[in-house]
Amino acid sequence: MKRFVILALVLLAILHQDFWWWDSIDPLVFGFVPIGLAYHIGVSIAAGVLWALAVQYCWPRDVDVPDVPVTTSSSPLHSERQH
Amino acid sequence: MNLSSLNPGQTAVLVIALYMVALIALGLLSQLVLRLTVADYFVASRGLGSFMLLMSLIGTTMTAFALIGSSGESWESGIVTYGKMASWSGIIHAAMYFLIGLKLWAFGKKYGYVTQIQFFRDRFESDKLGLLLFPILIALLVPYILMGVISSGNSIEAVTGGAFPELFQATKGAVPYWLGALVTCVIVLYYISAGGVRGTAWVNALQTMIFLVLGVAMCWIIAEKLGGPVKATQMVVEHNPTRLKRAVTPDDASHYEEKLAQWNADPKKAVIKPRAPHASSKIEFTTYLFIPLSVAMFPHLFQYWLTARSAKKFKMSIIGQPLLIMVIWAPCVMIGIWATSAIYNGQPVIPPEFAEPNKILPVMVRKLASPVMGAFLAAGIFAAVMSSMDAMFLALGSMFANDIAGHYIGHDRFSDRQLVWIGRVFIVLVVAVSYVLALQWRQSRVFSLGIWCFTGFASLFPVLFAAIYWRRATKIGAYASILAAAGTWFYFFREAGYGASGEPVHWGLTPVTLVFGASTLALILVSLITRPPSPSTVAKFFGVSNDAR
Repeated sequence: MKRFVILALVLLAILHQDFWWWDSIDPLVFGFVPIGLAYHIGVSIAAGVLWALAVQYCWPRDVDVPDVPVTTSSSPLHSERQH
Repeated sequence: MNLSSLNPGQTAVLVIALYMVALIALGLLSQLVLRLTVADYFVASRGLGSFMLLMSLIGTTMTAFALIGSSGESWESGIVTYGKMASWSGIIHAAMYFLIGLKLWAFGKKYGYVTQIQFFRDRFESDKLGLLLFPILIALLVPYILMGVISSGNSIEAVTGGAFPELFQATKGAVPYWLGALVTCVIVLYYISAGGVRGTAWVNALQTMIFLVLGVAMCWIIAEKLGGPVKATQMVVEHNPTRLKRAVTPDDASHYEEKLAQWNADPKKAVIKPRAPHASSKIEFTTYLFIPLSVAMFPHLFQYWLTARSAKKFKMSIIGQPLLIMVIWAPCVMIGIWATSAIYNGQPVIPPEFAEPNKILPVMVRKLASPVMGAFLAAGIFAAVMSSMDAMFLALGSMFANDIAGHYIGHDRFSDRQLVWIGRVFIVLVVAVSYVLALQWRQSRVFSLGIWCFTGFASLFPVLFAAIYWRRATKIGAYASILAAAGTWFYFFREAGYGASGEPVHWGLTPVTLVFGASTLALILVSLITRPPSPSTVAKFFGVSNDAR
């Protein structure tokens, strides 16, 4: 599933280049949205769906940092350093 | 007070004033829960939940550029505006939150970072890197802030026409640009000073919901006034069809000549003066993918990322980005396109010689919405403007307090309370400078300002990406990349007359592509021939030593 999501995101980026509708106004979706714009609104919706799949199946393992005292920093926060 | 006795301009002033009072009240409320510590003031003690994080991030990334700039640019260029900015941003912004935001949040939580520069100093083992980055980040943020100040001043003047005819004679009774911009700056300054990042997040949540709802409402009302969305689009098909596609054919050129001849023969009968056809470059369309990479380097976004309570709180923001960007951009782009050919009561809504893209949205709202609705919609525009400006001001204050004052004079020599005050004073200075610049650069196109600013931030992206994902990236490589980015950016910016003319295109490529390419090349080549980072640094940021690479 992880590979599928990554491939789908790459494919979406490629499909973003809709050169085939460069010179088209018609069909007007719902009678008023030109096809070139309607297609890209579709790209936005598809991106939302694919990122939902990404957070479900491709979530990185190393980012869940527990609440522990701050270890080091070049300029630590006073308020956090006091913990 | 009898509301019906107010003229449209006065109604607008009343609604805007009430809205600003609400923001001040929220600022006061957040002040009650503020603890005057650096962690609470600048990163809300890392305690924001999913919804507040999503609203704050959307409010921050969707600026005057998204409302004023998008409608003005689609009036100039047509539907290409959505594809090259909004749908690319939907894909890339979410990718930046996923690939960069999560990692930086984890490093910030683990090592106590409050600013980007603290991370870069540690990762590249270089104290001086902050001195190079600080002025560059400020120089890039100032035009971004200017977009907000210019848009707010222009919008207030556009929607308050006739409010005080005796007081402001030069502007025909409208609240003048200088005063509108000043009031906006002072209000933002108040609530960020009062509540820090938490107060800003509360205000942003309110503002984001307002401009999300009002953006759609604005589109709906304007369409209805024009006879419905179908009729509004048909007017564009009739008068300016190239705004509904991206190519210009010989037929389009002759259609334009024919319409122009009709206009020249009898302007009253033709009603709409056609706008010159606009063709879009396919290569340029593709290269706009680099522009949204800029969000990864925004100092104010970095600061918001750090406010998350846990990594899981990012999930809603990642999924919501593309969808909410669509909800904001699509109506504004449609309004900009309709504006090219809109006819109301037999008259063009936008006058034939109108040449101010920044005012397209406010003028459409003022002429086509009811006074009360127009005033609410104006409040929506300010919501978008202020929800970005506040985060930027706060990030600048944080950078100065932590990266310059705290770092070079010594964190131990200041209490948290003093550091917060140092940040506040620096914010006031930046607001004052931005305001003066906004008075001088009032006519600057918001879209152009935005593109140059985003080009600069995007060109710093390779250093950030390498810092997180390429353990061989070196200190000297980072310096080389930043200097290459700054040098090539300035070269193209100068070539464009410091933003006065369009973006210079070389070999069909926009400046962002070339600047991005130069900074990436410099980073890779110089890193490969210079000493790799120490094993302790590699272990700190990658969990393995250099020997394992």
